[in-house]
Amino acid sequence: MTGNIIQLDKNGNLKHFLSTEGLSQSLLLSILDHAESFASVGERHVKKVPLLRGKTIANLFFEPSTRTRTTFELAAKRLSADILNLNISTSATSKGETLSDTLHTLEAMHCDMFVVRHANSGAAHYIATQVAPHISVINAGDGSHAHPTQAMLDMFTIRRHKQDFSKLKVAIVGDILHSRVARSEIHALNTLGVLETRIVAPHTLIPAGVEDLGVHVYHDMDKGLEDVDVVMMLRLQKERMRGALLPSEQEYFQRYGLTSERLAKARSDAIVMHPGPINRGVEIDSSVADGEHSVILQQVSHGIAVRMAVMAMTMGRHSDDIGKSK
Amino acid sequence: MRISIKEGRLLDPANKLDAKQDLFIADGKIVGIKKKPDGFESDIQIDAKDSIVLPGLVDLCARLREPGFKHKGTFQSESLAASSSGITSICCPPDTNPIIDSPAVVEFINQRSRETGRINIYPLGALTRGLNSEHLAEMYLLKQAGCIGVSNALQPIDNAEILRRTFEYAHSCDLTIYLYAEDSSLKNNGVAHEGAITTRLGLPAIPESAETVAITRALLLAEQTNVRLHFCRVSSARGVKLIKDAQAQGLPVTADAAICNLHLTEMDIADYNSDCHLQPPLRSERDRAGLIAGINDGTISAVCSDHQPHDVDAKAAPFSLTEPGASTIEHLLPLMSHLANRKEIKFTEAISLLTYQPANILGIDKGTLGIGKDADVCILDPNLHQSVHKKNLLSAGKNSPFQGWELQGLVSHTLLNGKIVFDRNELK
Amino acid sequence: MSDTINIDQLLNELSEATQTYCKANAYDNPLMIGIKSGGAWVAKRLHESLKLKEPLGKLNIAFYRDDFSTLGLHPEVSPSNLPAAVDNRHIILVDDVLYTGRTIRAAMNEIFDYGRPASITLVVMIDRCGRELPIQADIIGKTITLKEGEHVKLLGPEPLTLSFSGTGN
Repeated sequence: MTGNIIQLDKNGNLKHFLSTEGLSQSLLLSILDHAESFASVGERHVKKVPLLRGKTIANLFFEPSTRTRTTFELAAKRLSADILNLNISTSATSKGETLSDTLHTLEAMHCDMFVVRHANSGAAHYIATQVAPHISVINAGDGSHAHPTQAMLDMFTIRRHKQDFSKLKVAIVGDILHSRVARSEIHALNTLGVLETRIVAPHTLIPAGVEDLGVHVYHDMDKGLEDVDVVMMLRLQKERMRGALLPSEQEYFQRYGLTSERLAKARSDAIVMHPGPINRGVEIDSSVADGEHSVILQQVSHGIAVRMAVMAMTMGRHSDDIGKSK
Repeated sequence: MRISIKEGRLLDPANKLDAKQDLFIADGKIVGIKKKPDGFESDIQIDAKDSIVLPGLVDLCARLREPGFKHKGTFQSESLAASSSGITSICCPPDTNPIIDSPAVVEFINQRSRETGRINIYPLGALTRGLNSEHLAEMYLLKQAGCIGVSNALQPIDNAEILRRTFEYAHSCDLTIYLYAEDSSLKNNGVAHEGAITTRLGLPAIPESAETVAITRALLLAEQTNVRLHFCRVSSARGVKLIKDAQAQGLPVTADAAICNLHLTEMDIADYNSDCHLQPPLRSERDRAGLIAGINDGTISAVCSDHQPHDVDAKAAPFSLTEPGASTIEHLLPLMSHLANRKEIKFTEAISLLTYQPANILGIDKGTLGIGKDADVCILDPNLHQSVHKKNLLSAGKNSPFQGWELQGLVSHTLLNGKIVFDRNELK
Repeated sequence: MSDTINIDQLLNELSEATQTYCKANAYDNPLMIGIKSGGAWVAKRLHESLKLKEPLGKLNIAFYRDDFSTLGLHPEVSPSNLPAAVDNRHIILVDDVLYTGRTIRAAMNEIFDYGRPASITLVVMIDRCGRELPIQADIIGKTITLKEGEHVKLLGPEPLTLSFSGTGN
């Protein structure tokens, strides 16, 4: 469906990273394997490898974000690339400059890669169709559609703790309707062959036809967490209370908050994940967020390695007329 | 100018005519069918031996983009595109700029249509002033100026009391209301049909109930006020059923479907194809099949192009930021033939949906080939075929969702009031 | 050609030569690093026969190659692993075949990103000539000359065999 044709070059190598959907299991695993190699770079005396020296990466953030932008920046620097940070508020573009014009101006500055975060679904995809052929696009989050690097760092974290995907039951809890993270996680988990992917949410936060993505839907949190190996909590945004989707944070926490009691329904060696930032007392109890099952802080450091892997894989494509050798 | 069209298959569903016969035209009227009138000497003879001779088509909804949106299209470019597809009469909605809520704008449109001289334009007047959904427009004056009906175009009227009053007032002017039924709160800024596709693509979704709730509300008010109500561009199977039940009850309710919804579904959005960003949205295959069933059982009595040519920038953005609408006018007839070729509808039914049936809804004397009728005729060569490509489009709008489609049947000649206004041989 | 080279004998000769060299230069506790994958296999054998105290380091020079722009990331992935710090150490860098010299340049760049060694001694099993950079080995098992189009490769890890390919042979 989306993205797989445009994400790969004609040799089947990753050219753009827009979505976890449509990529093969072996490609997802190679992202994880490359990330393992890059993970050790941060522990060295010189926290850099010269792989992308001389390349320029532009962070195009149409939606503000400190965490994601900084990890992409760190990843780029550890690969010795130069980084341009552009925080383009959407009002600037609505003042006249079209998205295409913005892109062409940046291309004239000889950027090799765009890391894009945008409020509209399909934006990264659109940008990938507009850029010159040598430029790679990495999706740092588009609307409610995808956040593929987040999903991959979560897969990396899961693999580090659980090794074998095929035995895992994973529950994703929270605002699935608006979550680009949830969609990317679901595609990645299913492609990597987990035993079962569950989503747990109130009716108002479940999108139509979601079963088509390959998930089991639960409205009861206690049942949904029974026997799972991985619990992925999603952030609940305050706007949802205003939009007639939920009555209050307290009620949400009562029904869907992750407390130690609820967590006890999962397997005793279950891990708790969260893409951050956490709303303590809304979707997750502090004791769980800081507890022994939580791998939330590790997710952050894994993010750098995974983003290094994705940047290196997309930039290191063979030029088309040389083709694969050896 | 005396014209004879020789040996064509004359197809006029209004008069149940389907036979190989000659057609004779003089002084802008049809003066003979089959038998040449005494003393008739033709100035021009058109050989229609392997062609089908049809009444000039009536497009129930097309936007020519004048006045106000000339960067998207002009009377010149769009009427040529229409003519090339055998269309001789077009009804245009009031959302021009300025809006058709004053007689002066009606007069402007009539004048420009005369100047261009390729098609008859039948404008709809605004239902509310400035399409603001609050105050009644001067419907009586608009009717006097030449509007054949009233509409709020795509602007929703959410206040039921105001909706009721517009129905009552239009009824008092003996005007048909052309209503695009969509509840704006349920639509909730959606851009595509709510379902597995919007979930996968993460696009804001429009539930089916946005249409069905609005249709139900309108039907109940129509029942109360007795207004003639026409539903524009029904898109859901459920919506068709609601209208069918109302018709069975005897309510003066009609409906049309847009050509895109008869061929395409939500699946065609695929990789965020903004040419498939439409209003109403492309719905599921079940809905598409429901529309076809609605055509076959008579619930839907007209098919329109819903032509909305756009400039390149309007579609050059992430999906939800693009403007909805497709450029369809020059493919209306071939696409209807396509449905007939696939045996989804009969060919004569396809022609009915494009000729006398929309004319009846509009209340105009068009869409038939009778002696004494205006000589609006088109000649279709079923053996010509085309590949749809943006660069080949005559319309200024290249936003066609049918890019790459192979379509059978091209119009070779179109006549308006007995004058040849389109000849494919003269196209460069 | 392959049947005239006895790997075990070659490795013994290398081991002795390395031992002599270290004694002559007073390298008491050298740090051995093998370049993946062939160099690491050779280094493992040398490390065992020399009975070195420090664990063996392995270098994957993938991120330091000079052909990244054209060839991209190598699909086979296994990270570098240096179990000990390199600052002020005498390093014995081991590779299987020395050809253009680019691999050694990459390896030295990578080592210097870990720290500042006191010295680096290069031990190679085969020097096949054809240098493109000013790099030479300190200890060589065997020098051979190959024509253009001919290649030599060490296969392993068990058993270790030299494979010759291309024209002739």
